[in-house]
Amino acid sequence: MHDMLKRLRSKNEFWLAIVLLGLVVFFSFTAPAFFTIGNLNDLLTQNAFTGILCAGLIVVLIAGGIDISFTATASVVQYAAVTLANKYGMNWIILLVIAGGLGAIMGSINAVFVVKFRMHSIIVSIATLNIFYGLLIFITSGSYITTVPDYFYDGINWFEFQLGRRSYGINLQMVLLFGSFILTAFILKATNIGRQIYAMGGNPDAARRLGFSIFRLNLFVYGYMGFIAGIASIAHAQLQLNVTPTVLVGRELTVLAAVVLGGASLMGGVGTVLGTILGVSFLCVLQNGLIILGLPARWEGAVTGLVILIAVAASALEGSRQMNMRRASRKGQETGAAP
Amino acid sequence: MILLRHTNAQLSILLVILFIAFSLGIDRFFSVESAWSMAIQVSGLGILSLAMMITLLKGGINLSLIATTNLCSLTMAYMMNLLTPGAEGLALTGGILVALACGAFVAAFIGALNGYIIAYLNVSPILATLGTMTLVKGIAVGLTAGNVLSGFPEAITYIGNGAVFGIPFSLFVFVGCAIPLAIWLSRTPTGMFIYMIGSNEKATRYSGIDTKWVIFKVYLLSSMLAWVGAIVLMGWLNSARADYSESYLLITILAAVLGGIDPFGGSGKVAGLILALAILQFISSAFNLLGFSPFLTLAIWGVILLAAAALAIKTRSLQQT
Repeated sequence: MHDMLKRLRSKNEFWLAIVLLGLVVFFSFTAPAFFTIGNLNDLLTQNAFTGILCAGLIVVLIAGGIDISFTATASVVQYAAVTLANKYGMNWIILLVIAGGLGAIMGSINAVFVVKFRMHSIIVSIATLNIFYGLLIFITSGSYITTVPDYFYDGINWFEFQLGRRSYGINLQMVLLFGSFILTAFILKATNIGRQIYAMGGNPDAARRLGFSIFRLNLFVYGYMGFIAGIASIAHAQLQLNVTPTVLVGRELTVLAAVVLGGASLMGGVGTVLGTILGVSFLCVLQNGLIILGLPARWEGAVTGLVILIAVAASALEGSRQMNMRRASRKGQETGAAP
Repeated sequence: MILLRHTNAQLSILLVILFIAFSLGIDRFFSVESAWSMAIQVSGLGILSLAMMITLLKGGINLSLIATTNLCSLTMAYMMNLLTPGAEGLALTGGILVALACGAFVAAFIGALNGYIIAYLNVSPILATLGTMTLVKGIAVGLTAGNVLSGFPEAITYIGNGAVFGIPFSLFVFVGCAIPLAIWLSRTPTGMFIYMIGSNEKATRYSGIDTKWVIFKVYLLSSMLAWVGAIVLMGWLNSARADYSESYLLITILAAVLGGIDPFGGSGKVAGLILALAILQFISSAFNLLGFSPFLTLAIWGVILLAAAALAIKTRSLQQT
C-alpha cells in the first residue's frame, strides 16, 4: 500500500518534469533569448523570493494548514531589518539571523490561533496578513527606505566568471534559495519532527492520540514559514537595493499556486520538496518565457490563475480516478474470493 | 437555537452601546449626513457579505468574491460606455439592460465555474476560489491595465446614490436581497440542505440529497449576489477598476463570523449578519470621523476578526461541556 502510494507520488513529479522539459524545449526554439546563461541567471535571481517562500509553504501544507500572511511578515521583517542594519551596521549573518528570528516570532502567532482557538488557518492568516500589513503601512506611512548598508551593493559573488559584458556567478539570492530548499528537505526527510509533520497532516486525530504535541508542531511549522519569509525578504531587499513596503503583499497566491502545482494538497500529509521545486520552476519558466515571447506583464495574474485551476482540476480528477481504480480492484478481489 | 438568539441579543446590546457612545463622543456621528453615508456604505458591503455568508454556511468560502464583483462592474462599465453615450429613451434603456445582462452573464459564468470545480471535481473551496480569484482579477488587470472606467448613465448612479422617501435606494436593494435570502435559507428545502451540508456533507449525501447540485447552486448564487453588489458599488462610486474594495474580502468574512456564522459551516442567520454589519459600519464611520488612517482601520479589522472568532469558539466549547 505504502509502496503504491510512493510510486503514484513519484508519477506526479515525473509527469510535472516532462511538462517542464517540454516547456523549456518549446521556449528554447521559439524565444532565442530564453535558453542562455544570462536568462538562467535572471530566472534564478528574479524568482528567488518566490522560490524561497515555497520552501516554507510546503511545510505548512504538509502539516494540513494554509498560510497567506507570509508576504506581510516579509514586508515587516524587511523594513525592520534594513532599518536596524542602517543604524547598527551588522553583517549578512547577523542580519539573516535577526530577519529569520523576527519572521519566526510573527509566523508562530498564526499557530497560537490555529491550535489554541481551533480556528481555520485561512481565516487566521487573512486576519494576520491585514494586521501586519495595516500596521506596517500605518506606522511607516508607506514610505520607502532608499539607503541600504554598503555591503548590500557588494552582495556576495562566488565562482564569478566573465561572459560577454556581464559577469555571472553564485549570488546571495541563489545561496538563500538553494539553502532554503536543502534545509526544508533535511527537516522533512531526516528529522523526527519532519515525520511528525507528515503524520499530523495525514491524520491529526491519530497524531494527537499517539501523543504528538500538536501545539508545538504547529508552532514549529508556522514559525518556520515566518523564518523563511524573513530570509526571503532579505534576498528581495538585496536585489532591489531599497525597501518598498507595498510591493510584497499580493504575491502570496503565486507561491501557493507553485506549491499546489508541485503536488501538495490542502488536505495535508502530501507533498515533496522535489515536487515543489518542479512546481515553482514550471510557473516561473512559463511566465518568463511568455514575457520573452512578448506577452505584456499585466497578463501574469491571468496566466497564474489559469495554471492553478488546471492544476487543481487535474489533480482532483487524477485522485478520483485512483479512488475508483482502488474501489474496482477491491470489488474484484471480493467477487474473486466469493464462491 | 438558544445560542443563536443569545448571540443576536449580545450583538444588539453591543450595537446600542456603540451607538450611544459614538453619538455622545463624536461630533458629527449623530446626524442626517452620517446616517445617509452609513446606509449607502453598508448596502454594498451587505450584499457582498450575504454572498460570502451562504458559502460559509455550506462549509466553504468564496475568495473570488471581490474579483468577481470588479470584473462584473468593469464589464458593465465597458458596455455602458460603448452603448449609452448620446443614446436616449428606448436606446438608453436598452443599452443599460444589455450592459446589466453582460455583467450577469460574467457572474453566472464565474459562479458556475466555481460550483463545477468544487461540487463535481471535489476541489477544496479555498483552492478553487483562490484559483478563480487570481484568474478573474488577472483578466480584469490584463484587459484594463489597471485603468479606471467611469461616467455612467443616471439610472446607474441613482442605484448607488439616489433616494426614495429620503432613504438611499441602495438600502432597498440590500433589503431586497436579504429578506428573500433569509426566507430561502430558513423556509425552503434547499436552504435546509445548505445547513445540513455545512454540518455534515457525507451524512447529507447518504440521506439521498443531491449535495453536488446544492453546492453548485450555492456558488452560483454567491456569484449572482456579487453581480448585484457590483451594480450598487459602481453606481455609488460612479467608476470601476480591477482592484477596487479589496479590503471587503476581509470585512465580509469578519461580518459573517461576528454575526454568529460558523466558518466551518452549518449554523448562522441573516439577522445576525445584519446586526454585525451595522456594528462594523458604526465602528468604520466613527474611525473615519476621527480621522484614522484606513490602514490602521484595516489592522483593527484583523484584530476584531481574530477576537470574534476566538470568542465564538470559546463560547461554543463552554456550551458543549
